[in-house]
Amino acid sequence: MSLKIIQKSEILDFIHRLLPDYRVVGPVESNGGYAFEEISDPADLRLNYTTTILPPKKFLLPPQELLFKFDNTNGGHLQPGPEREPTVIFGVHTCDLHAIQLLDAVFTNGFADPNYLRQRQQTVLISVECLTPCDENSFCKSMGTLSADEGYDLHLTDLGDAYAVDIGSQKGEDLLLDYAASKDAAPEEVQRLNAVLSEKWPKFPYRLDFDVSDLPSLLSLSMKSPLWAELGERCLACAACTNVCPTCFCFDIKDEVEMDLKHGQRVRIWDSCQLDEFATVAGGHNFRKNKALRQRHRFLRKGKYILDAHQQLGCVGCGRCARACLVDITPVGVFNELYRQTQVEGKL
Amino acid sequence: MITVPNLTPVAEPLHVGEQIFQPEFGRIRTVEQVGPLEKLFTIELPGGKSLDHRPGQFLEVSILGVGEAPISISSSPSRSNGVFEMCVRKVGDVTSAIHRLQSGDKIGLRGPFGHGFPIEKFRGKDMLFAPGGLGLAPLRSLINQVLDERALFGRVILLYGAKTPPELLFKDELREWAERSDIELHLSVDRGDETWTGNVGVITTLFKFITVNPRNTVAVTVGPPAMYRFVLMEFMGMGIPEGNIYLDLERRMKCGVGRCGHCQINNIYACQSGPVFSYKDIKGLEEAL
Repeated sequence: MSLKIIQKSEILDFIHRLLPDYRVVGPVESNGGYAFEEISDPADLRLNYTTTILPPKKFLLPPQELLFKFDNTNGGHLQPGPEREPTVIFGVHTCDLHAIQLLDAVFTNGFADPNYLRQRQQTVLISVECLTPCDENSFCKSMGTLSADEGYDLHLTDLGDAYAVDIGSQKGEDLLLDYAASKDAAPEEVQRLNAVLSEKWPKFPYRLDFDVSDLPSLLSLSMKSPLWAELGERCLACAACTNVCPTCFCFDIKDEVEMDLKHGQRVRIWDSCQLDEFATVAGGHNFRKNKALRQRHRFLRKGKYILDAHQQLGCVGCGRCARACLVDITPVGVFNELYRQTQVEGKL
Repeated sequence: MITVPNLTPVAEPLHVGEQIFQPEFGRIRTVEQVGPLEKLFTIELPGGKSLDHRPGQFLEVSILGVGEAPISISSSPSRSNGVFEMCVRKVGDVTSAIHRLQSGDKIGLRGPFGHGFPIEKFRGKDMLFAPGGLGLAPLRSLINQVLDERALFGRVILLYGAKTPPELLFKDELREWAERSDIELHLSVDRGDETWTGNVGVITTLFKFITVNPRNTVAVTVGPPAMYRFVLMEFMGMGIPEGNIYLDLERRMKCGVGRCGHCQINNIYACQSGPVFSYKDIKGLEEAL
């Protein structure tokens, strides 16, 4: 689609104009780092942020989400959850954009999820091109998520004093037209964009020792690897890795009752395959009874199972799980070690 | 190397609770104690709606304020008459709350979920059923469907084991089946008591009493997780082909629609690609058994 230019000085006005009509969300400074938060003062937005602890997923699949309220006084009357707010998410990195595309597939395939879709359909994604690596834990280039051709409504690239704006959807075009002062890109601005994009590429290292297209077969071959037992020894089963993951979507469903014991609500809350009871069935049998099996399941999901089901890898290389892990279990470390083992055994 | 079974998730519509997470309410018609911890609930759907289930499918059953649990359907579609049955063992919060319900009470329902047994593939075959304990509850749906179409099947063999004589479920039906000449019924208990004169031992000790034509037999087992490997060995030992062996792999499904992750067996979701599987399809999945 056509390329637009928006001056950096215009971004504040853009957000000011959005605020009456949209919940605006974006990266802001928080506890010495950054977090996606609802923005009330546009000056708080930091589009040149590095990374966040939690991905923007939390606005689409909240940690706790109301499914419905119930009233047991009249024999089980249900009241659906509240309408979702129109939301603009600013500053989504391309790794997270790939993750949201995966969530879209997950929550649309088969029985579409009305709760997710109600929020998703009212959400505008404004992504931003990463020009330098977040830190040593990100491995987006290896995972093929260092750029995105689709999935955004508007995509911003920093050209110095202005952003190049790529329009990715009608929704994005309308938003830009209605709320922002932009102009068509001049040929020299298109040239500048191309220069910025080609200059950024060498700044990002490949961190996997093999091509990511080999990852699914590498994991299939590694079901019996001794590495899983080693990870199981180290893992604390704290579930930080899955809590910060932009593609993890497993959940539990629970009822909460008010003090009158008549009214209450059913909620969906994030759950984790790393927790002890996750695969326990009636009678007490646990199908993933130790941490080694649970770590294996996590990595198999990321690199193979989700790909089998949705034609997209379940890991986008954001590095959040590596930053969150207290015992230094990292996807790059795990994948490279499995690769080394298969090389030694002459398998792959 | 793990294999990816070519299993198709279900695409059939839900008949109750189309909004996925919002249950609809059925009404309990009768409650019958069928085991020490097991009650059989007969339930009718609102507006005379039909559940239209297949044997082997399950429902998410809700008690508002307590929660939801996946429960298999115990009645045969051939005997629906506007109602269906669920056999519930009192083991947790939700099942205890279900046990407190009485005739006339409302009960939240979503489903039916999952693939049922492919009964159309079974017609013309000899049927060998080997449920253990509460496994008879889901299998009873298929057994009664087969009995209602008795002429379309060859032999019907039922090997049923429970821990103790009181824990044998559906005793009235067992007695009825024992009297029929077209059902070969063999019962066993792990530990007998003063009333018990039958076989004592785990369910696999019943296999010595039967012989089958393996090429024309469909074998089905449902039971506690520890049982499957041993029953499978018996089936395989008889020469029954892997593709003719069926298992019902029940997990603690929270959503029923292939997302919550609790029922995942390696790369597949039991609630969508199962819970009924042929052994051939899942033998490469080490988390299956």
